[in-house]
Amino acid sequence: MLILHCPYCGVDADETDLHAGGQAHLKREGPGSSDEDFEDYLFLRANPKGVHFERWRHVYGCGKWFHAARCTATLQVFGTYPAQTLEPPQDIKDKIADARPGWSWGDKE
Amino acid sequence: MSTRLAGKGRLINKSRAVSFRFNGKNLSGFEGDTLASALLANDQMLMGRSFKYHRPRGVVGAGAEEPNALVNLGEGGQFEPNQRATTTEIFDGLTATSQNHWPSLEFDVGAINTAFSRFLPAGFYYKMFMYPRAFWKHVYEPFIRQSAGLGKAPKDRDTSTYEHYHAHVDVLVVGGGIAGLAAAQAAGERGARVLLIEQGNSWGGRAMVDTPTIDGIAAEEWVNNTIQALENMQNVDLRLRCMGAGVYDHGYVLAYERLTDHAPKDEGPRHRLWRVRAKQVVTATGAIERPLSFAGNDIPGVVLSAAVRDYAVNYGVSLGDRTVVVTNNDDAYRTAITLKQAGLDIPAIIDARPTAQGPLIDAARALDIRIEFGKGIAKVKGGKRVKSVGICAQAGEGAVLEEIECDCVAMSGGWSPVVHLWSHCGGKLVWDAEQVMFRPDHENPPLGADGAAFVATAGVANGHLFTAEVVADGWAAGRSAAKAAGHVKRGGQAPIGEDAEEGPISSVWLMPQGAKHALRSKAWLDFQNDVKVSDVQLAAREGFESVEHAKRYTTLGMATDQGKLSNINGLAILSQSLNDEIPNVGTTTFRPPYTPISMGAITGVARDALFQPIRKTPVSDWANANGADNEPVGQWRRPYAYVRGGETVHDAVNREVRNARENVGLLDASTLGKLVVKGPDAGKFLDLMYTNMMSTLPVGKCRYGLMCSENGFLMDDGVVVRMDDNTWLCHTTTGGAERIHAHMEDWLQCEWWDMQVYVANVTEQYAQIAVVGPKARKLLRKLGGDMDLSAEALPFMQWKAGKIGAFDARVFRISFSGELSYEVAVPAGQGAAFWDALLEAGEEYGVMPYGTEALHIMRAEKGFIMIGDETDGTVIPQDLNLQWALSKKKEDYIGKRAHTRSHMADPNRWKLVGLETLDGSVLPDGAYAIADGTNDNGQGNTQGRVTSTYYSPTLDKGIAMGLVHKGPDRMGEVIEFNKVDGTTIAAKIVDPVFYDKEGEKQDV
Repeated sequence: MLILHCPYCGVDADETDLHAGGQAHLKREGPGSSDEDFEDYLFLRANPKGVHFERWRHVYGCGKWFHAARCTATLQVFGTYPAQTLEPPQDIKDKIADARPGWSWGDKE
Repeated sequence: MSTRLAGKGRLINKSRAVSFRFNGKNLSGFEGDTLASALLANDQMLMGRSFKYHRPRGVVGAGAEEPNALVNLGEGGQFEPNQRATTTEIFDGLTATSQNHWPSLEFDVGAINTAFSRFLPAGFYYKMFMYPRAFWKHVYEPFIRQSAGLGKAPKDRDTSTYEHYHAHVDVLVVGGGIAGLAAAQAAGERGARVLLIEQGNSWGGRAMVDTPTIDGIAAEEWVNNTIQALENMQNVDLRLRCMGAGVYDHGYVLAYERLTDHAPKDEGPRHRLWRVRAKQVVTATGAIERPLSFAGNDIPGVVLSAAVRDYAVNYGVSLGDRTVVVTNNDDAYRTAITLKQAGLDIPAIIDARPTAQGPLIDAARALDIRIEFGKGIAKVKGGKRVKSVGICAQAGEGAVLEEIECDCVAMSGGWSPVVHLWSHCGGKLVWDAEQVMFRPDHENPPLGADGAAFVATAGVANGHLFTAEVVADGWAAGRSAAKAAGHVKRGGQAPIGEDAEEGPISSVWLMPQGAKHALRSKAWLDFQNDVKVSDVQLAAREGFESVEHAKRYTTLGMATDQGKLSNINGLAILSQSLNDEIPNVGTTTFRPPYTPISMGAITGVARDALFQPIRKTPVSDWANANGADNEPVGQWRRPYAYVRGGETVHDAVNREVRNARENVGLLDASTLGKLVVKGPDAGKFLDLMYTNMMSTLPVGKCRYGLMCSENGFLMDDGVVVRMDDNTWLCHTTTGGAERIHAHMEDWLQCEWWDMQVYVANVTEQYAQIAVVGPKARKLLRKLGGDMDLSAEALPFMQWKAGKIGAFDARVFRISFSGELSYEVAVPAGQGAAFWDALLEAGEEYGVMPYGTEALHIMRAEKGFIMIGDETDGTVIPQDLNLQWALSKKKEDYIGKRAHTRSHMADPNRWKLVGLETLDGSVLPDGAYAIADGTNDNGQGNTQGRVTSTYYSPTLDKGIAMGLVHKGPDRMGEVIEFNKVDGTTIAAKIVDPVFYDKEGEKQDV
């Protein structure tokens, strides 16, 4: 059972206090988008063995959605950050790059 | 025979006899005995039967690893199967019965299987039960069910109580042997918050039996001193009978404490499940001795060497008068020495090694014990008890050189560290060829949230078999763990241990090395599931080369002991069969729990009323006192109908419908979700949430809205109310309030976070009561207040706030029944009084409450859809003829893009229609409309299904709604629906609105 730090209320929350919301940083495709883009947005998800960006909601706490950068293989958490962003903060990207040489945000997953 | 020795027994109290029953016999033991030791003291070596061949089984171990001595324990509400006799402490009045035999333990008909064992090889079930297909259901399944399962399932409700306990610690030490004690002491001295748990009922582990020296004093004294010191530390907690069951992500550990199993008359819960969050975990879980694989090694009386020693030292029990010791290492010599010193006969030590030297060998020699090097056991003779062993050359094929009479064989194949807890959360293992064991690989530990190790192993569990290393390693592990948890205080000193030097072990996986098939097919690996050396070899020959495949094919290690004794021996045989190295074959996966834990402990207090919270409305108490027949709706209990004396539920439903249609009915609608959406951008936000336009809804008006998921499926519906310029009130379905609230929050926080909007769930802040029927207005007017409730002042689909009588009310002119209807919301605290006032004032109008079934019938009569009936997560608004609610003006809303996908726009979709049987009967719920031909699986084709079906008291006939292929284009057509009895029923496709098609009754 994971522990994730809620960046809003500052609580280190047990996984049972959280609700998992799948892959973070998806770009919404609305009316007018191509079938390929819409399919990608709606159905295709990264499933990496390694660094992954996930959505979590502190549902039995402050109720806020946040993002977590986490290694799915080792369960190391590189950091959590508010959901109101298009990409992870620089310090988290740096931390991942240090821990996983060769990784960069541009490659995503 | 097995019997009690004079004057011995470290853990028993001979001045206090305990009486218990086994298979109906009254027996006696001593306080401190386990069920196994007490049975052995009564010469009851035979304790059960094996699973597959029903072979006679006696104890093979003395602890948690025991695969054989499993019993049904207790009676009635205290009954529990598959309890290990070796870890069950006896108490006055204990009752136990042995398992897996008929008619009796001594004479078992199922033992015939053993005669046919050559026809029941590995994979027997897979090979036997394939053909012919016609036998699957009526021949093979009954046979498999008959032979499946070990022990009996409890019949009575469990009368014990259980609880959970949460603990947060710096360092959790699992295992109360000398390594665990040293670790706890080191961590405690550094100031860390420490929890030390031990699965047994005493501290010190094997050191108490083998008595090495620590810090210059006997181990027992050192253990007692250390426990004293730990108990004096404020920051250290100690728990006996508490097993580390599983290690999970980020330092989460489950521990299983057995509080009153040994003293069932004590107050309080029987088991406690500890849910521990530890910054660091030290597993000092020791090791388990391995059996040796020789023919007849499963015959009762063949026991692990250290267990024989444990029974003698701890319980003063000898397993036999003449014990042959067979080994590949020095440790087993301790058993021979212990027994010899207790006055028992040791005809020989059979040592598979060509030679060995050291103080233990010298000590055995000094006691005149015969030692045979380079020898093995060819075969054990005996049925329900060992009679003799045939000795052979270990290097040979099993020619018997000499037969030695004996009634006990003490075997030792070396030690396997208990690496389970290390492995649960990803810790890897290395093969130590010198010590012949898998031990933890420190390069690959389980990692915590910070990417650093959070589990360390110590002592024997870490591959250190000698006291000096064990205590030093334990102390170092405790110190490092405390440091990793942030406690860096210096001080303390590592204990110094010493014991007899031992020579090297040699790997012996089969005895003798060249054993022929006749011997290999009698050399057991898994005693409980009857897996032999020959079975694993057969699996390898048949291509089950992966250790995980071989395990499942042979069932090796799949019994209740999860292969604690058999796994390493089995994979060694597998690796030999594959001509590969043991580390390349690898182990199967270690999964929690370490030993089985009770279902009660997992449940804790979450049963009966505490299983889940029951939500109540302000009207619930009245309803329950007035005939409510409740149905669960999420965590709510809603009255299905209010049943009066002498009525059936069906009668009550029909009465409630007729009364609402003719007079006036009251529905407790408080459970409907109520979400307040407020802010400068609330209108814009709701235009995205709903398929309809909500921003243009004028203040004071109500609008029925639909909500789709992003992939276009209808997920909720309800009436949206414009409260003021910046505020909307969104009604959701009863089950949808929390889900839709979360859905809105998700989009608001994660996609359109620039919008200035708040969403609040006020569902429980209001009691909402629907006043429904032609006399509804009269009833509300009679209550008085300051509101004009006329059709002109408050028309259909509008709302107003004001006073009804003395109550603060919001009155919504909305109708889910087709009748004149006012839904009145009052603050929750006024709800019960408002309900009472309505009943009292309504008496002259014939007011009656109605339940959810009447609500369903009335909405179905009107052709209104119900989320969850007409929708199932694959239905889109277009299927339900609700195109009118899909705004064409809006550029975007959730689901809009999805509705343009080709499958959504397909004209062949099943669409909503009304259905009427030709004979007026009620269609079966969920019935399928049958179509011509069959599909690729040979199943009949379908062309629609029933989504709602009721008897309509208003129309006195069955009415239904369903989704039918191109349904709206086929009005008047008759189609057939299947019934469970195989016949069909004809129904005509009609308009889904059965009652008041023009909607005149609700708009008055």
